[in-house]
Amino acid sequence: MEIIAEALVVLGRWDVMLALLAGAIGGVAIGSIPGVGPAVAIAILLPATFSMDPIVGLTLLLGIYGSSMYGGAIPAILINTPGTAVNALTTYDGFPMTLRGEGRRALSIAYSASFVGGIVSVLCLIFLSPVLARVAPMFGSREIFLAAFLGVILVVVAHRGQMLIAAALVGFGIFVNTVGLEPVAYTRRYTFEQSWLAGGIDLIVVVLGLFALSQAFLLLTMDDEKIRLPRSRGSLFQGFRELTRHPRVASISSGFGVLMGMIPGVGEFTAQFMSYTSARKLSKTPEAFGHGSSEGLIASETANNAVPAAAMIPLLALGIPGEALTAMMLSVFYVHNVVPGPGLFQQQMDFVVALYLALLILNVIVVLFLLISTGWLVHLTRIPNRFLGMCILLLSFVGVYSIRNSAVDCAIAAVFGLIGFVLKRLNLPIVPIVLGMVLGGIMEVKLRSAMARVRTPWEFIDRPIAFLLFCVIIVIVLATLWRVWREWRPVDRKSLRRKSSEAFARRIGGRTERHFTDRKKTQRRRRTYDHLGS
Amino acid sequence: MANQTDLFAKTRSAGLIVFVAVSLGLVLLLITQIGSQTIWSEDARNFAGQPRLWPAIGLAVMAFGFGLHLLRMRHRRPNRLDWMEARRWLEPAEYAGWFMIYVFTVPIIGFLPMSITFACALVWRLGYRGKPPFILAAIFAVATAILFKTLLSVNIPGGQIYRFLPGELRSFFLTYL
Repeated sequence: MEIIAEALVVLGRWDVMLALLAGAIGGVAIGSIPGVGPAVAIAILLPATFSMDPIVGLTLLLGIYGSSMYGGAIPAILINTPGTAVNALTTYDGFPMTLRGEGRRALSIAYSASFVGGIVSVLCLIFLSPVLARVAPMFGSREIFLAAFLGVILVVVAHRGQMLIAAALVGFGIFVNTVGLEPVAYTRRYTFEQSWLAGGIDLIVVVLGLFALSQAFLLLTMDDEKIRLPRSRGSLFQGFRELTRHPRVASISSGFGVLMGMIPGVGEFTAQFMSYTSARKLSKTPEAFGHGSSEGLIASETANNAVPAAAMIPLLALGIPGEALTAMMLSVFYVHNVVPGPGLFQQQMDFVVALYLALLILNVIVVLFLLISTGWLVHLTRIPNRFLGMCILLLSFVGVYSIRNSAVDCAIAAVFGLIGFVLKRLNLPIVPIVLGMVLGGIMEVKLRSAMARVRTPWEFIDRPIAFLLFCVIIVIVLATLWRVWREWRPVDRKSLRRKSSEAFARRIGGRTERHFTDRKKTQRRRRTYDHLGS
Repeated sequence: MANQTDLFAKTRSAGLIVFVAVSLGLVLLLITQIGSQTIWSEDARNFAGQPRLWPAIGLAVMAFGFGLHLLRMRHRRPNRLDWMEARRWLEPAEYAGWFMIYVFTVPIIGFLPMSITFACALVWRLGYRGKPPFILAAIFAVATAILFKTLLSVNIPGGQIYRFLPGELRSFFLTYL
């Protein structure tokens, strides 16, 4: 109770409350503009938060992170374009409802589901805190190295269908992090005798280039689209009543969100997918999914909003960011000499609890704001792409140049912006580069300090948590290799018997009709999900 | 209805082979430089303390990923669409140039005047005509300068031309705009 009282005192400060309010409103507005997203906004604001108190800066960034997905549901439901990349599944059931004239009902369900996801996630975080405070000190260098390594593996495995490229991009991130002076013997690594490379490549510069500048370049080279907002009926309070009819879907989806958020490298996509498929399996009307099912909408929105608070768990307890946005927040901790990890729970518990409570209040502020402002927020979707690109380019300058007034940093950010542009054009993920940089740095430091105390390889995993993490890594690697081997088996390796049986199955299955169905699905997928908004 | 394939993003095939081949070429070039760009320390206590270890791991993972991907695409040759896509990657270089001009001129002309000039010039370049886009661009530039420089006090130096301003106006401009 004493800690909660101390945390409330911290939260009661005018600057913290102002940051919370600005983060909540700004996050919703940013989320509702397709093509911006929280990653761009947080990357731009990062350097500005360095001059603030850590709790103020983190509250602002958390506010944007936690509220952008609420806003992202607006264009996803009304114009079939997700405001943030994680609102992709919302379009499946939200837009068909809009086509039926039930846009306001869909928005209301999305808000209420998001609210439940967010609140459940924060409550889990609060109740897990005592456990975390007890478990976190058990993590030494070996365990943190293995946890970071697990994060790297999960980042690669989570990009199904793109695992090789994701692995290569993680490698790129690890490599970029090593450029410059090496911290122990102070030898130069890949500086090519250039003094401006000796200081290394700053994570924030890379993040600004990959997320903000690349998005600006993408928007500047696009055409403007004409957005037509459909008319809709219904009450914005309707969804809260409707949500009470589906408590099972909401609770299961929140569970998936919390669980997936806690695991480094997995994130919102997997949480959404798993909650959506489980909701469909458990539903009495599975055929309605994808055609405007309220259960589908609840499943996807609850899961993606449960992730942000849960994603803070590995960051606060172990200092390991699970995805790009928490990786950016890690730099705010470092700038203010607040080291996230086991020590944080023991020495600054009031700071941690203040962050939890800020997240809790944030969800209330956001829902209240949305209930009164949805009417005008929808007009933000009308901002032309290229004009938006100009705005992001201008703001990116503020982000990069304010770090240390360096034109070299700006040039490096521009190069990474061009790399990010190519990756986005090819629909390849950017997150593995950022996580490779952050987790690569953690792995290097922790492996070096761990190996100083280890004589035999077995000693590295002879502690319970290290052994458990090692086993999890082995199981994931073997399971992935097994799946990849099964999927990669070339057609000509199949036996004649299997080939003929497949041909027969195709013939009796009515190929023309199935082909037509598949094509419809492909077109829809292209429209609703890609990495452009990430 | 969403199925498993709906969730996972599909790589765009046009241009992919060019990207993978060029990336692999650059990685191999970096690998050839590992001997001169990193050292193998005799003083290191163990393998984990070697300065060369982590650049080597990064490069090895990149070579593995891009190499295996190229191996999967070995029957595919770059076609017209691939080269068209590769040409599109050069388009934003112009805007990167605009960005760098902005970077070099802000310390001379000042954040507020240069932001207004930059926003309006870029809006004109993007093909917008008529007053409203220019007014909105100028308002956005002013709002950005006030929010970041005046209110949040971010670290952006005052323009050199502000020094020609008289007395108190000069210090006001240098500090807040």
